[in-house]
Amino acid sequence: MNELVRLQDISFQYDEEADYALKGVSFSIYEGEWLAIVGHNGSGKSTLAKLLNGLQYAQEGTISVDGMLLSEDTVWEVRKKIGMVFQNPDNQFVGTTVQDDVAFGLENHGVAREEMVDRVRHSLEKVKMDQFLDQEPHHLSGGQKQRVAIAGVIALRPNLIILDEATSMLDPRGREEVLDTVRELKQDHQMTVISITHDLEEAAKADRIIVMNKGKLYREGSPAEIFQMDEELVQLGLDIPFPVKMSKLFKEKGIPLTKYHLTEEELVNELWTSHSKM
Amino acid sequence: MMEKMIFGRYVPAQSIIHRMDPRSKLILIFLFVCVVFIANNVYTYAALIIYTFAMILLSKVPVRFIIAGLKPVFLLVIFTLILHLFLTREGAIIFELGPITIYEEGLRQGIFISLRFFLLILMTSILTLTTTPIEITDGLETLLGPLKKVKFPVHELALMMSISLRFIPTLMGETDKIMKAQTARGVDFSGGPIKERVKAVIPLLIPLFVSSFKRAEELATAMEARGYRGGEGRTKYRQLSWRITDTMMLLLLAALSVILILLRT
Amino acid sequence: MDITLQNVEYRYQANTPFERLAIEDVSIDLPAGTFLALIGHTGSGKSTVLQHLNALIKPTKGTVKIGDTTITPNKKQKNLKHVRQRVGIVFQFPEHQLFEETVEKDICFGPMNFGVSEQEAKARARRAIQQVGLSEEILLKSPFELSGGQMRRVAIAGVLAMEPDVIVLDEPTAGLDPRGRQDIMNMFASLHQERNLSTVLVTHSMEDASRYADQIAIMHNGKVERKGTPAEIFSNPERLLELGLDVPEVVNLQHKLESAFGRKFAKTCLSMEDLAEEAMKLLKGGDSL
Repeated sequence: MNELVRLQDISFQYDEEADYALKGVSFSIYEGEWLAIVGHNGSGKSTLAKLLNGLQYAQEGTISVDGMLLSEDTVWEVRKKIGMVFQNPDNQFVGTTVQDDVAFGLENHGVAREEMVDRVRHSLEKVKMDQFLDQEPHHLSGGQKQRVAIAGVIALRPNLIILDEATSMLDPRGREEVLDTVRELKQDHQMTVISITHDLEEAAKADRIIVMNKGKLYREGSPAEIFQMDEELVQLGLDIPFPVKMSKLFKEKGIPLTKYHLTEEELVNELWTSHSKM
Repeated sequence: MMEKMIFGRYVPAQSIIHRMDPRSKLILIFLFVCVVFIANNVYTYAALIIYTFAMILLSKVPVRFIIAGLKPVFLLVIFTLILHLFLTREGAIIFELGPITIYEEGLRQGIFISLRFFLLILMTSILTLTTTPIEITDGLETLLGPLKKVKFPVHELALMMSISLRFIPTLMGETDKIMKAQTARGVDFSGGPIKERVKAVIPLLIPLFVSSFKRAEELATAMEARGYRGGEGRTKYRQLSWRITDTMMLLLLAALSVILILLRT
Repeated sequence: MDITLQNVEYRYQANTPFERLAIEDVSIDLPAGTFLALIGHTGSGKSTVLQHLNALIKPTKGTVKIGDTTITPNKKQKNLKHVRQRVGIVFQFPEHQLFEETVEKDICFGPMNFGVSEQEAKARARRAIQQVGLSEEILLKSPFELSGGQMRRVAIAGVLAMEPDVIVLDEPTAGLDPRGRQDIMNMFASLHQERNLSTVLVTHSMEDASRYADQIAIMHNGKVERKGTPAEIFSNPERLLELGLDVPEVVNLQHKLESAFGRKFAKTCLSMEDLAEEAMKLLKGGDSL
């Protein structure tokens, strides 16, 4: 897999007296993967997103995006490659209507009008919001607003899209809408996705997980590997996905499960197979 | 509480007025403000009233709704009326009771001026009720476009306006929410002596300020992340189109002014 | 204190072009000591119901009874303070209501509005801050220098200090991380028990509804779609799924196990322990195919 972004030894503090928000963090992001960054509130995960997009600059360490070193000179180029969806659906909706909001980023990059019209339509189709062109934001649900935000991001054709707790203020339906949209985009367009989240169900579906704790990279691995950490995750203020909890309970009760399962289907399957053998 | 306010609200409908170019609507209002001052007798005012109500009918906004929404403004209109009634001392005395004397000219002026005021407000309401705020902003931005040459920050102003407009409903919702939260904590916003009422506003205003600043900060971050770096090199998505109706409406106003000038005394 | 909603209807902005029917024909009984969970999609009318519970809005039809106070569409209610004192509402993102210079003042704000003396209010503030799991030192800080999670707790303490008989929670854990969520919910559950409160929880989390509530009401399109105990509601999950609502993970897994094994469990399990035990019976039963 091609390396898209590399962070090397990043340290960052918001001001000199404050504790380090990030300390000595290094990792890479590969093309086409879905990387979940998890950690409790204040673990430094959101600071990471801000650094990646040049909204803040690290005091130590370097970030390179698509072979380009991120600095004040390259930041505008980098922002074309990295699209961000933020937490609060209201506070990132700039336009007065859906189509205006999607066009906002295109206008900023000086895209010609005919092309803009095209891209606005297309992006809204991809997030299934093309029926709402002239709708005003206060008539949209949180999930719809976030999908518009995603349309605004993909209209700019970035290489990477960062979801910075983009589902944390949504209801379950909105969360599903947004995640489904992103999943489809990833599948159809080989989009690289970073989702910063404390929703473990969401993280369980990622290709790779990074666990942050107190500004440090605590663990990195596949969901299966990460969720074997079990109680350790709870210690970090995180949760364990339900199928894992159930697997554990069954094991304690003496059912010889081969592993902690990440999905209910797997768990039911193994229970069924072990049962038929009995 | 703010539910009945109509100022700054858009009522969607398909009417001639709705479909007009915001530029022509803005010009129309601007000219109307001047035209209103031509009127000076019963006939001219009657013409103005007919014109204004014709516009309301054309806009297809329910009259009942406009009237209900303008209730707070009636107070101002009546205040204007009373002010003129008592302060103008010209013409024949038509009413006298103790220290109160009302002159003919006072009555005339009072009625005309408050009527003028009222018609202006009606017309402006039609503009805001039939034009989305963003159209108004677009219209203003284009009309003020030439000022860019003298370094007047037209783009910034228009962006500021459109963002404020975008956030009005959000902030209204938030105000309502915080009011309810504080009401639940025992604040009484509706009654009591003035001193108490002023005190009641603090638990509302501070949270509103705090959240507005937070919103502003987050919005600025989001805008930056989406590549916003000022007006330079930006292209424009929204387009305005001037139609025959627009020219016709302006001609209609011109006709009205001619009539007014003819009927004027 | 009992609260009853009888055939309540509410229209927002009645008699304007923006008129919108929010709830209709809603009847809910809330005898003292009940833990009721209100579930439903955003826009199903939950928040409107909630505002009726302490007379923040007046029904456009029907009757709301809060203790001895009856609220009907046409009657002018002068003083509702005594109602509001006894029904505390924790709104969604309650940290947005903080405004005082210090945490202590903010917590005392509610009680003092209801005529509690400053001394007593301060004593209550100390108790409340402990209840929400913060230390007393925080009382002298400005609420705006706290972390998001701490602000949430302070705001909740501000409602607890009013010492209400009924506590209404509108998604009190929205936006918190898993540990914060659990802490807050556990705190409300134990308060409910210790103080013999009535609690109304508006939530999207079926987990929380099934774990804490003894009554569940499902709202859909402004109406109460179903009411019952968690076991009743979740024993028949098809309807919930039809409405696009979730069922608790435990119930979901039970369902999957039942269809995999082709056998029904003896009861609807609402806790993981229950489910594990029932499943064990099935597995150890041995009388498989």
